[in-house]
Amino acid sequence: MPWELDNDRPIYLQLMERLKADIISGHYLPGDRLPSVRELAMDAAVNPNTMQKALSELERDGLVFARRTSGRFITEDEEMLKKMKKDLARENIKTFLEAMLRLGFNKKEALELLEEILKEEEL
Amino acid sequence: MTPILECRSLTKTYGNFCALSDVNLTLDRGQIVGLLGPNGSGKTTLIKLINGLLTPTSGEILIAGDAPGVSTKQIVSYLPDESYLKNGMRVKDVIRLFTDFYQDYIPERTYDMLKSLDISPDRRLAALSKGTREKVQLILVMSRKAQLYVLDEPIAGVDPAARDYILKTIINNYDENATVLLSTHLISDIEQVLDRVLFLQGGHLTLNSTVDDIRQSHGKSVDAFFREVFRC
Repeated sequence: MPWELDNDRPIYLQLMERLKADIISGHYLPGDRLPSVRELAMDAAVNPNTMQKALSELERDGLVFARRTSGRFITEDEEMLKKMKKDLARENIKTFLEAMLRLGFNKKEALELLEEILKEEEL
Repeated sequence: MTPILECRSLTKTYGNFCALSDVNLTLDRGQIVGLLGPNGSGKTTLIKLINGLLTPTSGEILIAGDAPGVSTKQIVSYLPDESYLKNGMRVKDVIRLFTDFYQDYIPERTYDMLKSLDISPDRRLAALSKGTREKVQLILVMSRKAQLYVLDEPIAGVDPAARDYILKTIINNYDENATVLLSTHLISDIEQVLDRVLFLQGGHLTLNSTVDDIRQSHGKSVDAFFREVFRC
């Protein structure tokens, strides 16, 4: 199955997001070896150079590291993985707040509504 | 390394009609390039010039530093937009033909791909559906270890599932130093496998940019951008 990609944003960014999501969901574990660029590109049905770029960016961020001959691995730095998770959570919350704003809720009202729904779920 | 393709002020006229006008273009190795443009914009003319089927009216075209000829045909694998194979031939006859013709042809690759598609080498071309035939021809062309693959409308006549297969075949078979140049109208189906796109407009090269640069700077897909640029 080719990966679901949006049409209007750079492809490499979306590949990075997808790989991050795969790391967070535990599809890849810390220290795991990633498939080769070509395998990943085939799987996603994207150009290998674009996949290469996404992986290089992840490498620059430190989430992935390369061993010269044996391929790319997920970082074992738990702190960094925690931080990535938190960054993504932040982004999600920002998106949520923007959507609430468009619906006419200010931040305080959004928070109240969120608390209300959380309470309902506890019951 | 010399660029795989270089056009310098390349111009081709048919009588009074100018099919390509002063095209300057350099393509490096190791990328998949989409040649896009509406009908009659000069795509097939450029492709035929690369393959030495037409000669420039003026200007110059170089493949790995050489003018199109015997030496460049050894390194260019070409899929024309029309079939040039005889209907009566069996698939295995064509494989033999390719083996005779091209030093860089790897028959095992063809047999492997035919097997994965469940196409028997004993079948006659005439007995294949249009889509299957297109797949067979692409498989043959991609089974060469060429430096430049030139594919004229490789996905035009096939269903979406076959299209995915064809794109995978292209990704899987070109090696990292080879360049693939493919022309198409079906941009949205293929833009995620392209590194770079070229827009031809009335014989002029109006854009030469990477897919992600277009998405970044215009905030839209190449397909949407194309529709905007070429709005009728």
